[in-house]
Amino acid sequence: MSSSALTFSSVTKKIVMSLMGLFLIIFLLVHLTVNLFLLFDPTRELFNVAAHFMATNPVLKIMEISLFAGFIIHILFGLILQIQNWLARPKRYKVEGYSHTSFFSKFMIHTGIVILIFLVLHLLDFYFKLKFGDVPNMIIHGHEYPDMGLVVIEKFSITSFIIIYIIALIILGFHLHHAFQSAFQSLGLNHTKYTPVIKALGTIYSIVVALGFIIIPLYIYFY
Amino acid sequence: MDFTLKIWKQANSKAKGKFETFKVKDISADCSFLEMLDILNEDLIDKVQLPINFDHDCREGICGMCSLYINGRPHGPDQGITVCQMHMRNFKNGSKIVIEPWRSKAFPVIKDLMVDRSAFDEIIQAGGYVSVTTGGVPDANSIPIRKELADLSMDAAACIGCGACVATCKNASAMLFVSAKVSQFALLPQGKVEAKRRVQAMVAKMDELGFGNCTNTYACEAECPKNISVSNIARMNREFLGAKLGAQKA
Ligand code: FES
Repeated sequence: MSSSALTFSSVTKKIVMSLMGLFLIIFLLVHLTVNLFLLFDPTRELFNVAAHFMATNPVLKIMEISLFAGFIIHILFGLILQIQNWLARPKRYKVEGYSHTSFFSKFMIHTGIVILIFLVLHLLDFYFKLKFGDVPNMIIHGHEYPDMGLVVIEKFSITSFIIIYIIALIILGFHLHHAFQSAFQSLGLNHTKYTPVIKALGTIYSIVVALGFIIIPLYIYFY
Repeated sequence: MDFTLKIWKQANSKAKGKFETFKVKDISADCSFLEMLDILNEDLIDKVQLPINFDHDCREGICGMCSLYINGRPHGPDQGITVCQMHMRNFKNGSKIVIEPWRSKAFPVIKDLMVDRSAFDEIIQAGGYVSVTTGGVPDANSIPIRKELADLSMDAAACIGCGACVATCKNASAMLFVSAKVSQFALLPQGKVEAKRRVQAMVAKMDELGFGNCTNTYACEAECPKNISVSNIARMNREFLGAKLGAQKA
């Protein structure tokens, strides 16, 4: 695939980027919803049942594989695009451009790389711990569930962990701010009436996702 | 007005090139940017030095030949205008002005501030036309066209192909140019006939020539002297997707 990804047309690449991006945008909302259960249920039962359901339901198993594929394609295409774009301007300007344009759009590769590093750490901390590590169990209504909630809460009591987590999520918010409306533009969905609505929605979405994820560790840490 | 100019000098496409500093004095605020360079060149010729090479032709904002990257912006600080139409009153007296050529792999420097933009011609040759069989001149208005579509097509056709979009894009992408040329035809019944073939051929040519990939920063729209909208890029993406998905098996 990597060799053909180099030969895909520029328009195909941006369409693939946007489709995978939209998929990840939806995933983040699901992820956030499950995490928020931790806020509203101090017994962790809701969260653990939801996390268990997400990890074991056969339909979601398939989604999990597509999610990994989505991440990998999005990252791979993003890197290929960026390298080609650097090659397209071998000699740089002395005075770099400062056109009046969307600020975050200029740093997608930078924010993207930070998010990628965070993603790897995040998978090691939680996902692989659940799959391969030892997670204590908890009995809920006579069934045993891995107590992922406890793992999360333990992590969220480490100050350095929270600081890195918050910074990463703010950067994710920056990435999403451009990504949301950009995905629609790439798919050709540009309209005098709806594009401003999509841009506003993108701003709201990026703030809600970043803040939503950030509130949880802060709440756990301070209460 | 007095200015200090830092100008890119490069003897030919192979040479390395470097910045040189020049001073101009007593320039009128109503002088256009190119006239200011003319004055500098007269001065250099008087001193038996090589004048600075830069592209220009009509000097009235319609040919798209002028192409200077000034203080980090193609066509300089004014909005919606080519550099030939931009006046020295846009600068502070005594300020330093850095002038660079368009920088892009697809636009190699020929000399000083002059770049080779024949890549754009190649893209047009790939599909930026309507094939016609000869015959009598058709009557005006024999094909009904909705006013809004005609207007959108005219807006796209306002593109003068100067290359400012490529110059300003951090990815050196030519999408705004190509999408304007795709759109001006795709919107009209005469252009629709070949629309599918056209969009694929022009995009393929653009990629082949080494332009970068668009990442929707919209710097192109902000800097375009003709205010071409990025909605044209979305239209091109739609056209392209439709052409690819709808294509019959060969
Ligand atoms: S010289 Fe013709 S547009 Fe500037």
